[in-house]
Amino acid sequence: MHNPPAPTGAIAFADGTVFMGTGLGATGLIAGELCFNTAMTGYQEILTDPSYAEQIVTFTFPHIGNVGANPEDEEAASAPARRAAIGAVFRAMPTAPSNWRAVDSLSTWLSRRGIIGLAGVDTRAITLHIREKGMPRAAIAHAPQEGTGGQIDRDALIAFARAWQGLEGKDLTPAVATAAAFRSLDTLWTWQDGHSSRDRAEFHVVVVDFGVKANILRALGAINAHATVVGPAATAAEIRALKPDGLILSNGPGDPAATALVCAPMIRELVEARLPTFGICLGHQILALTFGANTMKMGQGHHGANHPVKDVATGKVEIVSMNHGFAVDRATLPDRLAETHVSLFDGTNCGIRLVDRPAFAVQHHPEASPGPQDSLYLFERFAELMAVCRSAPDY
Amino acid sequence: MPRRMDIGTVLVIGAGPIVIGQACEFDYSGVQAIKALKEEGYRVVLVNSNPATIMTDPGLADATYIEPITPDFVRMIIARERPKEPSGFALLPTMGGQTALNTALALWRSGFLTEAGVEMIGANAEAIEMAEDRLKFREAMDRIGLESPRSLLVRDMAEAGLALAQIGLPAIIRPSFTLAGTGGGIAYNSDEFRDICAAGLRASPVSEILVEESVLGWKEFEMEVVRDRADNAIIICSIENLDAMGVHTGDSITIAPALTLTDKEYQRMRSASIAVLREIGVETGGSNVQFAVNPRDGRMVVIEMNPRVSRSSALASKATGFPIARIAAKLAIGYTLDELTNDITRTTPASFEPAIDYVVTKIPRFAFEKYKGADPGLTTAMKSVGEVMAIGRTFAESLQKALRGLETGLGGLDEIAIAGLGEGDDRAALMAACARPTPDRLRVVAEALRRGLSVADAHTASGYDPWFLDRILEIVACEAGIRTRGMPSDKQEFHALKAMGFSDARLGTLSGRSEADIRNARQALDIRPIFKRIDTCAGEFRSATPYLYSCYETAALGEIPQSEADPTDRRKVIILGGGPNRIGQGIEFDYCCCHAAFALRDLGIESIMVNCNPETVSTDFDTSDRLYFEPVTLEDVLAIIETEQQKGELLGVIVQFGGQTPLRLAEALTHAGIPLLGTGAEAIGLAEDRERFSQLLDQLGLRQAPSAIARSANEALAAAETLGFPLMLRPSFVLGGRAMEIVEDEAALASYVANAIEVSGASPLLVDRYLRDAIEVDVDALCDGQQVVIAGIMEHIEEAGVHSGDSACSLPAYSLPADVLAELGRQTRMLAEALQVRGLVNIQFAVQGDTIYVLEANPRASRTVPFVAKAIGMPVAAIAAKIMAGARLADLWHPPEPGGHISVKEAVFPFARFPGVDPQLGPEMRSTGEVMGIAADFPTAFLKAQIAAGSALPETGTVFISVKDADKAAAVGIARELLDIGFRVIATGGTCDRLVAAGLAVARVNKVREGRRHIVDEMIDGHVHLVVNTTAGRPSISDSASIRRTALAQSIPYFTTISGAKAAVAAIGALRQGGLEVRPLQSYYPSIMSAENGTAVAQAG
Repeated sequence: MHNPPAPTGAIAFADGTVFMGTGLGATGLIAGELCFNTAMTGYQEILTDPSYAEQIVTFTFPHIGNVGANPEDEEAASAPARRAAIGAVFRAMPTAPSNWRAVDSLSTWLSRRGIIGLAGVDTRAITLHIREKGMPRAAIAHAPQEGTGGQIDRDALIAFARAWQGLEGKDLTPAVATAAAFRSLDTLWTWQDGHSSRDRAEFHVVVVDFGVKANILRALGAINAHATVVGPAATAAEIRALKPDGLILSNGPGDPAATALVCAPMIRELVEARLPTFGICLGHQILALTFGANTMKMGQGHHGANHPVKDVATGKVEIVSMNHGFAVDRATLPDRLAETHVSLFDGTNCGIRLVDRPAFAVQHHPEASPGPQDSLYLFERFAELMAVCRSAPDY
Repeated sequence: MPRRMDIGTVLVIGAGPIVIGQACEFDYSGVQAIKALKEEGYRVVLVNSNPATIMTDPGLADATYIEPITPDFVRMIIARERPKEPSGFALLPTMGGQTALNTALALWRSGFLTEAGVEMIGANAEAIEMAEDRLKFREAMDRIGLESPRSLLVRDMAEAGLALAQIGLPAIIRPSFTLAGTGGGIAYNSDEFRDICAAGLRASPVSEILVEESVLGWKEFEMEVVRDRADNAIIICSIENLDAMGVHTGDSITIAPALTLTDKEYQRMRSASIAVLREIGVETGGSNVQFAVNPRDGRMVVIEMNPRVSRSSALASKATGFPIARIAAKLAIGYTLDELTNDITRTTPASFEPAIDYVVTKIPRFAFEKYKGADPGLTTAMKSVGEVMAIGRTFAESLQKALRGLETGLGGLDEIAIAGLGEGDDRAALMAACARPTPDRLRVVAEALRRGLSVADAHTASGYDPWFLDRILEIVACEAGIRTRGMPSDKQEFHALKAMGFSDARLGTLSGRSEADIRNARQALDIRPIFKRIDTCAGEFRSATPYLYSCYETAALGEIPQSEADPTDRRKVIILGGGPNRIGQGIEFDYCCCHAAFALRDLGIESIMVNCNPETVSTDFDTSDRLYFEPVTLEDVLAIIETEQQKGELLGVIVQFGGQTPLRLAEALTHAGIPLLGTGAEAIGLAEDRERFSQLLDQLGLRQAPSAIARSANEALAAAETLGFPLMLRPSFVLGGRAMEIVEDEAALASYVANAIEVSGASPLLVDRYLRDAIEVDVDALCDGQQVVIAGIMEHIEEAGVHSGDSACSLPAYSLPADVLAELGRQTRMLAEALQVRGLVNIQFAVQGDTIYVLEANPRASRTVPFVAKAIGMPVAAIAAKIMAGARLADLWHPPEPGGHISVKEAVFPFARFPGVDPQLGPEMRSTGEVMGIAADFPTAFLKAQIAAGSALPETGTVFISVKDADKAAAVGIARELLDIGFRVIATGGTCDRLVAAGLAVARVNKVREGRRHIVDEMIDGHVHLVVNTTAGRPSISDSASIRRTALAQSIPYFTTISGAKAAVAAIGALRQGGLEVRPLQSYYPSIMSAENGTAVAQAG
């Protein structure tokens, strides 16, 4: 007989909304911002993306976990980066995996990873709530029968959600970025070889780690570049000492304005010195902030793997992976920043380039993982830029 | 890029009659395409021989040619239409399935298109060829580094040995140029390999076989891709087949989206799909790419691609809300995806990939019971005749909804017998049953799990992915709990069962209670479904479109589950659709439901459609005001009614238009206090209950064939004594003549009764005296309670006894005298009034000499309604819907103008797909579709209908005649006429004697049992060009079955009735005269169908 278990998990919003369900994964209680992601595949990549630090992800697709978890679909590039998503909300209870790549079930993996899961709730109702009212401060709890007796104090949970101060103004990057610089020669996954590493590479790229996704490093490998990953507090001098061919400003969590306060001087100096620079997601926002644009908090944000982005120059539409709750305010773009990409969903800015320096950035995730690979060409473009600048440093 | 200004006219080619593999999904795509092109201001010319389609409604295209879809006819149409267009003239070949592609390709190859200045848009000829030609396709895949199953062409046994070394075992051997894969097979060891290769080389007329790596048992996936001319490409939907490779995807249970791929694998498949479109050169439009994936290591190979919209794209459109055909049409005329709007949200662009937050399951529906002698095994050749789609929040919910939506009597995963149990090795028996791909395999697998087979074993045997097997196991585990402990009294537990998709009926069966009892208990606990929207974006954006499905959801604390049904406060009518296509209930009823929606819109009444057939126009979100994609069962319909009644005024439910499916619900709905629009449940019951109907006819003084009612075998035998043979047997409450049969003797009667009574349960069996040589007549009429108008009197070509759905017919009647026609009209009026019809009624008569017998009356839309509408130029179904909503015939009906033409409907059969089945026509309906031929005279109209149905009548050659004794006199006339126009006539035994005795120069040929060379040898060698073969009684039928099978296999036109043969002879006369013409439908009714502004009476949408 199908005995629906008594509630062992819940999520409460600061507005008092509470959904009770079945807890899974890690036990305990944690608060953060609740967002939704509409991707139908790639949940492990999503949950390991450090940009989700202090966020709880509601998956709109009901069956999550079907293909289990495996070591290759990991996006955290360093130990601190493993502090990615803090909670996950599912419509259906994740099942035993069925896929040749699976090593673990999603539930086991969540426990090991310290992510609190909640299943058996109406995720579409939550999504519509977010759509109408914005991403709420929320608290997720998992109180298993054994130990806590499955007791969930609803009012305490709401209070806990209310007590969390939100993402605005928060620089979360130090928490998820690497403590010590490291090198990567990894390349993109292929069916034949999985992830492999290069022996040597043509280009050397410094990646400023704001919570970098591993696939950015692998995409660099694919353009024949090796990466040196440095923390967000790295100075221009430190980076210059590494003699890079190019600079990546990575994705990452939190409020870009807070992070930009720290690193804008470094970025300004390197970009002005014509170091080829490529910003991704948070890196895109920080580049924009560095050169005078503003960013703003979005209502529901963009989280999915089906977003259309138009390349303004070519008119081509790319279907991309998105994950951001802040956006560059296109109305504030200064003359030095040309808009290169726009979201076809809501017209928000999705790409910029400096008109007089070899620097560009996109809001979306050209490295994919999860999501379509339509924008991988941007890494090629970055490689071309590095090649050109190497032969003509004044470009 | 704006739309192309250099094109003025677009010719759309339809798919022709409904056949297995090409059903109403191409009406859906054609309608979307035509509407999209009209919106952009193009003049649209359409050719489609299928009158039952919405696309051939005269208000849709500017010029609608109901003409055969052959290169010759399309050439004539272009010759007529091209000069009218001063600007560019384009041909859109991607909306009409393989028929349209092949026809367009043939015209292109002949150089005609270039000569006539016609440009192919959507897909060009090179791209079509590269996609369709196996070798070219494989080379294209090699060029872009995608794997195909390895294969080698082999011309002798030495090459076969080399191929074995390269390909390995198991291997698939496919002989070149044989029908339906004859002579091929799968080899699992080297002995088998040698044998099959040798046989295949012999079977192939060019001594050539393809030895191919077997991917049997691999997982099968499909990607629906749309690309525009700026090279933007998007995936609309991924589809995973539950049935592994080896079962045609049309016959597979499929799930959307794919559920067992990691993102890395999915993106690899996505990128590959787009690369395939680029390499093949599909510049714009929708395509479908199929992949096989080895479940052990993820190795992926490309199987094939269709450079056109397909059955899968219809499914993907309905599954996601993304209207692929509509968008594909707009892309074909120059737009890019980002310039088009997502029609569901109306705020976001079409250039995105739909995200869905539910699970979609499609289950095919089969009709093997109609084709005695056919092997019900599923193979790589499609055999299903329809499909159901269901949407649920989880796989379990969508699967169980689909099972009850199939309307095969299932409440869910109903138990099924498995052979060989209790004989020692149950595990082996269960595995053997799971390994056999049949229409019931899903239930067999569930039964095996129920009986303890492990998921691992079930996976090994069936090839079903363990993930799905685990879910099925969860369902059967719940069932076991209900069986032992009964239904839970706890609300939450009860709710959880409903959320798994269990129907009230299934819960009743499991707990030993009635469905009504479960429903009452459920409602007492206030457990009700809610409705969510299909919005293409998983809730990310607000949707302007009420496209809904039901589910059982939990709520936030202190709240009620969030329903997005949001009923309006308008006056509204619910239209119940016909569910999955089957023999006897198909596109004709969907056509009627669509017209009901259009008519209600005209009247300012909100139209609400309920249906679960993804192939249809009725399930397009813009056909009605609101669409519930739900099973058409009482439980699901009541929930929708309850929701819609929360606001506004529900005027009633239309059950007349969707065939038997909604009619079955009439009584229960009435009982539940729901008003039915139009004819009431009482009248429906009266007409369906043959005993009460007989009494009514007696009261009216109308004649019926001598008949009796039998409720048992003994009563049937007693009736036979009184009535005498031959007898026609029919059970109550059936559509499509299921289990109807003519029996000639007592033994046949006894064996029938043993099986037939259970067909209709407690309903009685009508035993009729069979009216030999009577002419059958179908009458469609409209009645508003005050007035009855006759829409059409159709004279059947085949005599009474052949199911009306399988007969050709003519409108107006081609041989009946005026006084008989007048009397038919009088009797129709009497019956319509007596049955208190409000809306449509169809009455079938048999005319024997000048005596008229009533066969049956159906107070509902009939299969012939769309044909009548097109033949007389009146939107009969829409008028009926308006009458039902309270309008008066006096305001709507204009007596049709005599168009000076005659229309012939011909049935189309799927016999070629079922080796071993006798194509002899009889009282059980077996046709899948129909075509229409229109011309100034009957022979020409019949000829066009034959050509459209794929029967190429010869102008000259040899005719084989073999008829039963009763037909021998008539055969003399036929033979004489054929001899007179230069045919050679051959005949067997008695027929030959009789013809020779009549002084005709006829050559004798051996019957099959008389030894070789016999008639079948002559036919196989291509010496016979027309077959006339009628039979009486069982032995004769089985003797001649091989003749009919051979005619079918060799594509020799054949006629199994004298009346059909006579019509064919007349048609051959017309063919020899030449001068066939094509004319658009609009030209027959200039006054009511203005082609210029498109505002015809029958305007769709």
